[in-house]
Amino acid sequence: MDYQQSERTYDFDVIRWFSIMAVVYLVVGTLVGVYIAAELAWPALNLDSPYLSFGRLRPLHTNAVIFAFGGCTLMGTSFYSVQRTCGTALWSSKMAWFTFWGWNLVIVLAVITLPLGLTQAKEYAELEWPVDILIAVVWLSYLFNFVMTISIRKSSHIYVSNWFFLGMLVMITYLHVVNSLAVPVSLFKSYSIFSGVQDAMIQWWWGHNAVGFYLTAGFLGIMYYFVPKQANRPIYSYRLSVVHFWALMFGYVWLGAHHLHYTALPDWTGSLGAGISLAMIIPSWGGAINGMMTLSGAWDKLRTDYVLRFMIASLACYAMSTFEGPVMSLKSVNALSHYTDWTIGHVHSGALGWVLMVAVGALYHMVTRLWNTEMYSTRLVNVHFWLTTIGTCIYIVAMWVSGIMQGLMWRAYDDYGTLAYTFAESVEAMHPYYAMRVVGGACIVIGAIIMLYNVVMTVRKATADGRLGETGTVPADA
Amino acid sequence: MATENSRWGKFQQVMEKNILALTLMVALVVSVGGIVEIVPLFYLDSTMEDTARNPDGSAKFPDVLWQRGEGQTLADWKPGEGVRPYSALELAGRDVYQREGCYLCHSQMIRPFRDERERYGHYSLAVESKYDHPFQWGSKRTGPDLARVGGKYSDEWHRQHLRDPRALVPESVMPRYPWFDEASIDGTGMQARMRAMRMLGVPYIDADIEAAPALVEGKTEMDAMVAYLQVLGTMINFREGRDYRE
Repeated sequence: MDYQQSERTYDFDVIRWFSIMAVVYLVVGTLVGVYIAAELAWPALNLDSPYLSFGRLRPLHTNAVIFAFGGCTLMGTSFYSVQRTCGTALWSSKMAWFTFWGWNLVIVLAVITLPLGLTQAKEYAELEWPVDILIAVVWLSYLFNFVMTISIRKSSHIYVSNWFFLGMLVMITYLHVVNSLAVPVSLFKSYSIFSGVQDAMIQWWWGHNAVGFYLTAGFLGIMYYFVPKQANRPIYSYRLSVVHFWALMFGYVWLGAHHLHYTALPDWTGSLGAGISLAMIIPSWGGAINGMMTLSGAWDKLRTDYVLRFMIASLACYAMSTFEGPVMSLKSVNALSHYTDWTIGHVHSGALGWVLMVAVGALYHMVTRLWNTEMYSTRLVNVHFWLTTIGTCIYIVAMWVSGIMQGLMWRAYDDYGTLAYTFAESVEAMHPYYAMRVVGGACIVIGAIIMLYNVVMTVRKATADGRLGETGTVPADA
Repeated sequence: MATENSRWGKFQQVMEKNILALTLMVALVVSVGGIVEIVPLFYLDSTMEDTARNPDGSAKFPDVLWQRGEGQTLADWKPGEGVRPYSALELAGRDVYQREGCYLCHSQMIRPFRDERERYGHYSLAVESKYDHPFQWGSKRTGPDLARVGGKYSDEWHRQHLRDPRALVPESVMPRYPWFDEASIDGTGMQARMRAMRMLGVPYIDADIEAAPALVEGKTEMDAMVAYLQVLGTMINFREGRDYRE
């Protein structure tokens, strides 16, 4: 199908907007991240302002990268690939636009409310109850439109990428609704209906599955469509994808309890979480192998195809971080790693190495297809790749060192059997690594800005060349 | 696609061709883990120390939860008499604590390790966060654990530390909170919050709620924060040699 035909067959306009906003939010989200990283290295940067203090900006960073960047990427890529794999336009273009504007309204509200300190104080679910309701409505519109588009498909089978997107859509609905249950006191204040132990377990059931379904299943959906497309080869093993899909759907849900080892959560819950966490190496690596082996026989493409580089590097990071995760869920390792920067490093090896890289690869791929053109500069894509790779490495290494050092300093004893270090000494020892993290993060931000520039120039060039026709859609006689 | 005629092959064939079946099956499969891990926590007596029972049916730890006597108000409670709901001022402080995202850098959950006991005190019990909607265990110690910070420093130390942490701890990376001294606590607002808490099962009585405005009258957010920090970890009287976990 050539470009003009697909433009007539599919709804691309809303996806163009999701793609551009994803790149914008990538810049914003990582920029806030670098700023708060710098606050931890040089606390004067808090500027004695409530709106800029670390505790209020940190939720803004996590919400911006996960829900603004991640959300726009997921919505854009899933709406794009579901149309192409089902051979049909979206079930409702209007509803997709509702999802777009609704989601962006959520993001705007987050940008306003979080620095004001309006929060439910649950990690990664900070937004207050009116915004939570809006999220639920917008999310259901996304889910409904996605399912209905599959139901009007022209193909007989539902393609594997859509299974993963569907898994994410269903699970996030559960998680968001249950974890956000609260009693409102006023328009901007509510209390969670859960408390203590039960709240902790529900929070980490949410927290780890935001990772497991939103940032893993969703982005595996991206991987299953865009890696084979970009490599122009079929997915390595169908059977592996079936096994890995059901294992992931069943298994990931249990892992949250490993965030609560040695806490007041009953032991049986944590042990159950840790046991299944270990077993999850198998389905996780199943996905990573399936993606990487798709390139088997075509590895030479990595020399010239920078977009493919992003995707394959992302799978390598995915494999690494899904090995690290189960290791950290072991009680003896967790005793050291919990409460330290190691956790932050682990999250970012997944978030920067896997999520960001595969998303960026998919976005570059989509931009050239959506605007029927080549990237303005492939060299800049390569620069972006290396900045992201180097930045991610610096970040992870800094947090590994600082995290393990923190853990060891806290439990160190001197010859007299007393604690060897005060807490303040451990804070002081972190400084060089916090500064190093700022450098790693800055590489990511510079890369993101280069990407934004490259995408804007590509779109401008495509528009100037008339590749989309006069009005942004294909002329009627085409 | 799968050509095998095994039972699983057929199952997958149905799933791949029927979006409704696939959606329902996914909804079913992803719900198992959560149900198994979360639901029992609401009804197993052994989850919380205050409901834990001896084999003979008697309460295992009768003194961990404050038993409010006839006509007693929160002001009658003494440290060590067991976990009680936060006073209006402490609750206001806790709300400030959450607003500022303190839980992002400070945990309130001490683990049963020798070094944590020496650094922070007795390991945390589940009952200690019974009235915490939401819980404040945290996940990161950029700063130290605060589960038992109550009584460790003077009120004045906390005030100075919140205004300028580095004046007292030069290595600290904590932000300054000069705005705590300028903001006052709204008494009727606190009543609404306590009523919401009561709806959620926190045992406030009418007298507690009626007393709230007088209690927070003229108090600043700084006073509230200090009150909250000073009560943390002081509610239970830990007996030497008693093991609260199996």
